[in-house]
Amino acid sequence: MACISPDGTLTESARKMLAAVRNPTTAEEVAQSTALPLFRVRSGLRELVQAGLVVEREGRYQLTDTGRQKL
Amino acid sequence: MSAEVIEGVKTVGLPRLNEPAPEFEAVTTHGVLRLSDYRGRWLILFSHPADFTPVCTTEFIAFAEIYPELQRRGVDLLGLSIDSVYSHIAWIRNIEEKMGVEIPFPIIADLNKEVATLYGMIMPGESKTETSRCVFVIDPDGVLRAMIYYPLTTGRNTDEILRLIDALQTTDAHKVATPANWRPGDKVIVPPPTTTEMAEERVKAGYECVDWYLCKKEL
Repeated sequence: MACISPDGTLTESARKMLAAVRNPTTAEEVAQSTALPLFRVRSGLRELVQAGLVVEREGRYQLTDTGRQKL
Repeated sequence: MSAEVIEGVKTVGLPRLNEPAPEFEAVTTHGVLRLSDYRGRWLILFSHPADFTPVCTTEFIAFAEIYPELQRRGVDLLGLSIDSVYSHIAWIRNIEEKMGVEIPFPIIADLNKEVATLYGMIMPGESKTETSRCVFVIDPDGVLRAMIYYPLTTGRNTDEILRLIDALQTTDAHKVATPANWRPGDKVIVPPPTTTEMAEERVKAGYECVDWYLCKKEL
């Protein structure tokens, strides 16, 4: 897992991505605001969605309550 | 693509130019990546035979050196070998410690040979357990645009890879072809006419024509 360490803590890039999706945001916008590569953002957001920290609706990503607690 | 088994190695036909590059999901040194994660960017997917081997180490340093130039052209790099992610991490840390070169791009740990098989990277006549030195250039729409295959013994020329990217991007931007040994700034080839009327007009169009079928122009 690239975003969530085996001990459950978030990596620095995961925290950047979570902070970038406080409001509904596209992967491209997250890549721009975090200066992370787009492929890394798409992969990371997918992982954060699977972990229940982010939801995706119509191509836009947003923090869940669980994700907000992790920040 | 249907798979067949040659001398114990599962192979499929090689991917084909101007067709969609085969989709995959793979464990990499930057997490689990899919080909579709690169949509909208150019991608160079390349394989090397094995970590901690001399020719591959020189190639990785050479790829790291052209990485900023590739990024300027909107191109990402993705390596691959049939090694574990732990081996990849140890190797790139070793390259940084011993040679002072940071490897900025991800590397697929293709232990089950899934991606290598999809892309025809294993040449059983050369090695049944390693990938050959393959390069696949995939465009922002996910279409395979170019392939280069080198044997285990021979390191690749990264200048040629940059030149290839420049040529493909020039072709896309200006609907032209590029002649042998073309470099950015050189004249390009105007696509050949397909009718006699177009051939006649071509000669009068002011291009630098050797004959009606071989015309060049400045960009």
